[in-house]
Amino acid sequence: MPTITLAEAITQALAYEMTADNNVIVLGEDIAKNGGVFRTTVGLLEKFGEKRVIDTPLAESMIAGISIGMAAQGLKPVAEFQFMGFIYPAFDQIISHAARMRNRTRGRLSCPLVFRAPYGGGIHAPEHHSESTEALFAHIPGLRVVIPSSPARAYGLLLAAIRNPDPVLFLEPKRIYRMVKQDVPDDGQALPLDKCFVLREGNDVTLVTWGASTRETLIAADTLEQEGVSVEVIDVATIKPLDMETILNSVEKTRRCVIIHEAARTCGLGAEIAAQLAEHGLMSLLAPVQRVTGYDTVMPYLKLEKIYIPSVERILKSVQSIMEYA
Amino acid sequence: MNVVATFTVTFTQILNEQGDLIQPLPDFAKDAETLIMLYRQMHMLRALDARAVIMQRTGKMGTYPSALGQEAVSIGMGAAMHKDDIFVPYYRDQGAMMQRGVTPTEILNYWGGDERASNFITPEAKEDFPICICISTQLLHAAGVAYALSLRGEKRAVVTGCGDGGTSEGDFYESINFAGAQRLPIVYVINNNQWAISVPRNKQTSTQTLAQKAFAGGFEGIQVDGNDVIAVRHVVEQALEKARKGGGPTLIEAITYRLCDHTTVDDASRYVDKPDLDKAWELEPFKRFYAYLEKEGLWDAQKEKALQEECSARMAEAAQACIHTAPAQPTDIIDYMYETLPASYQYQRDELSTAKLPEGH
Ligand SMILES: [Mg+2]
Repeated sequence: MPTITLAEAITQALAYEMTADNNVIVLGEDIAKNGGVFRTTVGLLEKFGEKRVIDTPLAESMIAGISIGMAAQGLKPVAEFQFMGFIYPAFDQIISHAARMRNRTRGRLSCPLVFRAPYGGGIHAPEHHSESTEALFAHIPGLRVVIPSSPARAYGLLLAAIRNPDPVLFLEPKRIYRMVKQDVPDDGQALPLDKCFVLREGNDVTLVTWGASTRETLIAADTLEQEGVSVEVIDVATIKPLDMETILNSVEKTRRCVIIHEAARTCGLGAEIAAQLAEHGLMSLLAPVQRVTGYDTVMPYLKLEKIYIPSVERILKSVQSIMEYA
Repeated sequence: MNVVATFTVTFTQILNEQGDLIQPLPDFAKDAETLIMLYRQMHMLRALDARAVIMQRTGKMGTYPSALGQEAVSIGMGAAMHKDDIFVPYYRDQGAMMQRGVTPTEILNYWGGDERASNFITPEAKEDFPICICISTQLLHAAGVAYALSLRGEKRAVVTGCGDGGTSEGDFYESINFAGAQRLPIVYVINNNQWAISVPRNKQTSTQTLAQKAFAGGFEGIQVDGNDVIAVRHVVEQALEKARKGGGPTLIEAITYRLCDHTTVDDASRYVDKPDLDKAWELEPFKRFYAYLEKEGLWDAQKEKALQEECSARMAEAAQACIHTAPAQPTDIIDYMYETLPASYQYQRDELSTAKLPEGH
């Protein structure tokens, strides 16, 4: 069984599905010969040839727009945007076309495609390379937004995203691309696209998070456990559609909830989760729902990025503040 | 200093504005029936537009973009396509859409606000794209479709269109750039009707022609008289032939004039000078074609009257069918967002299933 990183799990899933299904093609900037700037498409060109592994011109709207045309023809493009900070030129194509084609044609044409993008901060990258703007896309009907946070989930969720008949934005937390290794059997097993993952079970508080923040959240959970607080940790993973059932069930048990995300606070996905907790789970809450998030400011350039990204200390402080309620 | 690259833009006209042949006819135009069919399709388009404008004015339809004066572009382009080619239209391409088998009722239903009309009934247009409202975004879809055809080694091609203003968009350049780099089987037809709503061609770009923009994509751009349906069909046919044989893309700038408002919510008298408009009417596509057909003994006033009446009746019938199309169910607005509606949105569908259709349905 291969012991691999999250980045390698992406490659493994792509290679598996490209072998299984001739309609799957990958495209993007520097993804063929160079294997992607994060090497997530390494080896695919050699295996599948330049017709199915396309080094595109440098134009993001084009990457999205041609993927739509390809998908309408029955291909299953997996297009890479080099960084989430460069996805905005493709906004129009993703929102106005990919997400709407099925509805606009009442099902005649559809867009079975995946848009991949490394996202989030913490790797000392240049400006515009560290954004977490998943909520912009989670707002858009017709899209799915998926964020894996472990090698196994990256493999299973990417397979599911490629096989899904609708457009999926697949955001890869690049801070943890190579942080942990895991045994990930190359068995082609997909994971569900609308189910949260309970990473650890507990009774006193539910920590809801996704992406690279799962790391700090799990560390905080260990510390809290030693302090006698029993912590449940949920990796949302499928940001849209959102599996509130798992979150609500958990909070019904723990009666406390802290949401942790790297994205800026205002209108972040934490707001949606908190709103739904208020709508459907208010009576089970002992304490106000808390959020530990990025600040309402631009993602700082590398020298100060660490003070932006939710830390273990901020998570601990937030949990401790609501343990008083009983 | 050496010249390292030179480019030539040609202009093709076969029938001048008096209806005289100024070059030998292409083979298809030697067949009387084919010529009359083209003329008939142009009339169908003009009648559709006239009916649509009436419907909009009487509150029976939403905003509509007429193709008045530009019929030869749409019809010449549609006639040049093979059935198994793929069409990725822009919003003024209803003429070619009808030639592809999309019904006038569907076109009226679309502009009347019913998405179901883009689920074309005819199987012949099943791979064609719906009308595209956003400017030039469809040119990238077309390039993606062409890539799929090329990947599978199919001998088919894609035709896509946009207006003169559309050639200023980033997506236009990104599309021709990719199409050129991959030598895709695609033909771009630019309806240069001189106006992008109120902004004239000369404010859009200082390039001498729109056709020359193709050279930035690494392939040929040509001009054609967009009021000469024979010329339009001829150059599009040639470009398609080249595309199907692996010769790569072509961009065709069809020069015409928008004799109507941009859409029914526009008032072109605010920015179009009357003398310019009068002059444009002298060049419009029916007059010369009629003159030519008459000279060839193929047409006369009586036939003209009969055809106009037939087209008008056909579109009146389409309008009735449009008005009497049963409304979609409220749940239709959510049922096509995903192949399978995610469970978390099911409660919204439940709510919609109890919604009442608005008055008037
Ligand atoms: Mg125009």
